[in-house]
Formats: sequence, C-alpha cells, structure tokens
Amino acid sequence: MTVLPYLVAGWIFLIGVYGLVTSRDLIHAVGCLAVTQSSTYVLLLAVGYRNGGTAPVFADAPTNSRVVDPVVQALTLTDIVVGATVTALLLALVVQLRKRHGTVDPDALSELKG
Amino acid sequence: MDTTRLLPLVVALPLLGAAVLVATGRRLPRLVSDIVGCAFAAATAATALLVLFRAGRPGPGTYPVEWVGGWRRVGIVLVGDPLGAGLAALVSLLVVAVLVYSWRYFEEPPRRHTGSFPALILVFQAGMCGFALTGDLFNAFVSFELMGVVAYALTGFRVEDPKPLQGALAFGVVNSLGGYVTLLGVTLLYARTGELGFAQIGRRLDTDGPDGPVLAAFVLVTTGLLVKAAAVPFHFWLPDAHAVAPTPVCMLLSGVMVELGVYGVARVYWTVFSGPGGLSHPDFTRALLVLGVLTALLGAVMCWQQRHLKRLLALSTVAHTGLFLIGVAVLTPEGISGTALYVLGHAGVKAALFACAGVLLDRYATVDEHELFGRARELPAVGVLFAVGGLGLCGLPPFGSGLGKAAAEEAAGHTAGWLPALYVLVSAVTGGAVLRAGLRIFAGVGRRPRDEEEGGPETTGEEEPETRGRLGRIPVPLLAVPAALLAASLALGVIPAVGSAVGRAGALFTDTGGYRRTVLDGHAAAAPAHPPPHWQLTGILLGLLSAALAITLATLAVRRPVHTGTAALLAPVRRLQSGHIGDYVAWLIAGTALLTVLTVPGVH
Repeated sequence: MTVLPYLVAGWIFLIGVYGLVTSRDLIHAVGCLAVTQSSTYVLLLAVGYRNGGTAPVFADAPTNSRVVDPVVQALTLTDIVVGATVTALLLALVVQLRKRHGTVDPDALSELKG
Repeated sequence: MDTTRLLPLVVALPLLGAAVLVATGRRLPRLVSDIVGCAFAAATAATALLVLFRAGRPGPGTYPVEWVGGWRRVGIVLVGDPLGAGLAALVSLLVVAVLVYSWRYFEEPPRRHTGSFPALILVFQAGMCGFALTGDLFNAFVSFELMGVVAYALTGFRVEDPKPLQGALAFGVVNSLGGYVTLLGVTLLYARTGELGFAQIGRRLDTDGPDGPVLAAFVLVTTGLLVKAAAVPFHFWLPDAHAVAPTPVCMLLSGVMVELGVYGVARVYWTVFSGPGGLSHPDFTRALLVLGVLTALLGAVMCWQQRHLKRLLALSTVAHTGLFLIGVAVLTPEGISGTALYVLGHAGVKAALFACAGVLLDRYATVDEHELFGRARELPAVGVLFAVGGLGLCGLPPFGSGLGKAAAEEAAGHTAGWLPALYVLVSAVTGGAVLRAGLRIFAGVGRRPRDEEEGGPETTGEEEPETRGRLGRIPVPLLAVPAALLAASLALGVIPAVGSAVGRAGALFTDTGGYRRTVLDGHAAAAPAHPPPHWQLTGILLGLLSAALAITLATLAVRRPVHTGTAALLAPVRRLQSGHIGDYVAWLIAGTALLTVLTVPGVH
C-alpha cells in the first residue's frame, strides 16, 4: 500500500479549491468544483485498491480470487451521479445568470453585499 | 402493519409524489396538482407521526430499525429513533404548511410548469427525511446532497431575476464543496474500519485509541455538516440564499434544513466518535463551544444591523444555530432534549415570521424596513402575528421555543456559568431586531429612518413580488398558516407530554451503547431516565428577562436615530459578506483549519 494516491487526492482537492477562490469566471468556478469533487473519486478508489486484485466480477473468475473492493466502486458511481447533477444545475444557473445579468464575472455580481 | 416497515415509506412517499407530479403535472390544472402535492406531503407526515408514536412509546429502549430489502450487512439502514423520527415528522408537517401557504402564493406558475414547485418541494422533503432517518454515513451524504441540489434549484426558482441566481450559485458551490469534504471524511473512515454504518464504524473505532486519520475524518465530516448548519465561518451562503429564495422556500430552509446540519453533527459525534476511539468529550465540547459562541454572537450582531427583512430573519437563524450548537456541545441528555425542543419551537416561529414577510413582499413589493415604515398599518392581523413571532423568537414563556431555550440554557449553565447570559443576550437581540422592524412597519412608531444615517452600502429589500401583481386582499392561507404555526409553537411549551417525549428522545439519543445494540443486535436496555424539559422558575424568569430586554432594545432603536459611529464600527464585519463565491470558499477552508486546530489536542 502506497501513500501516493492519498497525496494525489489531497493535491487535486487543494488545486480545485485554489481555483474556486481565485476564479474570475463562474463557468471556470463550476469546473473547479468538479475538479475538487474528482479528488473524492481518487480517494475512494485508492481506499478500495488491492495489489494484484482484479475487477469484482466472479462470472469467469474463481470465487476465491483477489478482487478490489466493490463497495467503493458503487460509492464512486453514486458520487459521480450526484456530481453530474450538481454540475449541471450550477451550469444552468450560470447560463441563466449570463442571460439576465450579462456577465459571469463574480466580481461584477455584488448585489448581495452586506 | 409493522411500523418498522413504514420507515422507508417516509422517504419513498414524497419521491413517488414528485414523480407523479412530474409525469402528470403539465396536464393537470393548478388546483389538482397542488392537491396531489399536499396529499403526498400529508400522507408522509402521517407516516412519520406513526413511526414517531412507535418510537416514542414508553417502555424498553428499542425503536424501529429497518434494513431496506433485508440486506443486513451492507444494505441501507433506516433508524427511527425518537429524535430522528421527530425531525422527519417536523419536516413533513412544515412541508404541508408550506404547500398550503404557497397554494395562493405563487399565483401563476409558468405555463406547462404547474407541478414543478410542489414536485421540487416533495423531493426536498424526501432528502430531509432521509437525512433524519438514515443510519449510515454514505446515505447521510447522499441525502445531504439530494436536499442540497433541490434547495439550490428552489432558491433560484425565479430564474427571471438575477439576484436569486446569484444567491443560489453561492449556496450551491459552498454547500457542494461542504458535501465533498464530508465525503472525503467518510472515505477515510471507510479506509480505517471497512464500514459505513454509524453503529458499525463506532464499534470498530472503539477497539483502538484516537489517532490522526480518525480525527482528520472527524474534522472533514463535521465541516460539511457545519456548512449545512451555517456555523460561523461557514455561514456566508445563508444570508444570500435566504434573502433571495421564494418565501415558502425560506420557511423550509430556516425552519428545518439548517437545523438538520446541527442534528447531523450531534448524530455523527454520538454514534461514531463519542467512544474511546474517537474524539474525547472535553475536546469536542471545546471545539463546538468555540464555533457555537462565535456563531451566536456574530449572527446576533449582523441580524441587528439589517434592514432587509428576510436577511434579518436569515441572520437570526444563524444566531440561533449558534445556540443550538452550544446545546449539542455540552454533551448531556438535557442539552440535547432542550435543544430539540428549542428547534421545534424555533421552526414554527421562524416559518411564521417568514410567512408574514412574504405577505409584505407581495403587497408592497419590498421587504425593506425603512421603505415600509408605517405602511403596513392597514394590516393589523399580520402585525399581531409578526409581533407574537418576535416574542416567540426571544423565548417568551410559554412558547415551545421559550421552554427549549430555558432547558438548553440550564444544561449549558452546568458546563460554563456564563452561557445562560449568552442565551438571554442573543435571543433578546434577535427578537429585538424583529420587534423593531415590526414596530416600524406595522405601527409606524418613532421617526422615519433616513437612509443617510446608516454607514456604507446596504442591502435594501426591493424585490419582485412572487404573486401575479401585488396583492390586494390577503388570501386566507397566507394568514392561517402563520397563525397555525405560532399556535403549534405555543402548544409545544404548554403540553407536558411534549416535554416528556422530547426528554426521552434526548436520553435515547445520547445512549450510544443502546443505539449500537438496537441497530446491530436488535435489542437494547432502557435508557436511563433524565428529567424532561419542564418549566422552572429560573427558566421562566430568564425567558421574561430576554423578552423584556428585546422590547426595550426595540423601543430604544425606534425612538433614537441610528448611531453612525456604531454602524461604522461594525461595517468591516458586514463587508465580509461580499457576495463573492471565492471569498466564501476561502472562509470555508479557514473554518476547516480552525476546526482542525481545535481538534488537534485530541491526538494522544
């Protein structure tokens, strides 16, 4: 078991958050949020990885063969579905904002100050 | 029928209702789709109440636990412990109230979109009920995201205006990020224990002492839940979202969704981390107490500063969340049951106040305190409801919120002697701000406030009404719903059975061993009895004191002009609320760092 995937997951998370904080474009910000989320996929899959394991399908493999953890794969799949919903909804909001407000620069959207 | 089998229905019924509305809503007339929505919400409420009745039955400490589909080891588990079932019932009842309220509220839905609003509300209800009933961390995350996604959509429901879109975007980005942080924590716990259920993880963790990864998981999971709970400094999305969301949605966001975040923190701590393998009790108390006190104080100060009525109410929710967090932080059954009762009472009062603000918005097309000065004299009934709501908010006996506040502050007083003073102060300031607005708007007391007296840029409350044109006559549901909510909040404090049921719920909730035995082994001993929340002389006096303080503050504020110096002093605090998503995310990370610093002493 190596620590590298965990570091990669942390790095992806932080780079996504950095992008969110400094973003000057809302579409870019939603993209950064998706990047942040992909760190959760990496972490989940890293947790379930087994050295020398195959895919958890026992149809053509003996039942005692070494497989990777199917639970985290199910979790990742659910996570992807959730992420797709969130990203689609947020992008739709940005498109509508562009229509109504004429800009996607968060600095120009200051009506909710204070 | 076995009540255990009813548990999945509490989540499935609203989802089914939403599906029916999405499939048929376009062809149905408005009235029919609203009735269908209300019927499904009401059926869910009845089911949740049945489960609650079973869970709250006196006797041995077992409550319904359902492994959906019979998959006992890896399946989805729903736990109907009295507190979770009670929250599901509260959610469902409030959803019914909101659907009845919005019956005449959204006068004219866009053509061919008749069923969309009730359908979204029903999905929201399913997400919240699922979160309250789940016994599993991953399903808690999924419910968290489900209610989040629907809440973003509902916040930006009026897609024709630019402001709701901004609020929904900030809400969406910050809350989703919080959700992903939670998922990272869940993954770490899975890596450590190979389990996802609260009870299973808790049992596995307790075989070892606490270490870095477990505490990191605690910080990550709690961060996401605190984002939902809008604790300082994770709260920035809340005023933006509440100021712009349609009023019926605000009733749900402030009434229950935020409180579910607090519930999540309490649930996860007690069932997963409270043993020897998690975070020690003093460490948890310290961490949550710091955040709770910060939240309560900042929320109260920001609330007092507002002239945008919905924003004012939103920030009072932040302040009260701080008080709820303190009630959880003291880690006693009394603190939990007091806070639970406080949440129940607060939900009714806050939803009623938002309902009154909605009436103002639709009649005058603004919720700005200064602009509305004296204009609502013609609505004495709404004025009375608003004033009663303000008094309920500051914990006047015999409101349920008053009894909950009294019980929670007494429990907190055992941990630190100065905490009851904080409860009194915060509820007096938030209640006072509401009463001040009420005096100006409905009675026209004092001098007309002039805009130049306030320092710096302000968020004023000019908005589009949510009904077709401005309201001439107030429809009955817009008055009946807040009246009923206030009456319910009052009843909670008066009926002794409520107090004893909540007391038992708190005792069972804090009985970690009992929870694990009930979920995993199917039997449990009765939880030790604790005195339920009941009226005591100190509580009554402190409740009266905070009400009197609130009235004094409100009267002083309308008699005296706003002091420019004070406003300028607080301007930097207000300036933090920049409306910029990047800033909010930076604060979220800063808050995570703060939580880490507060938790680190737990590593031994």
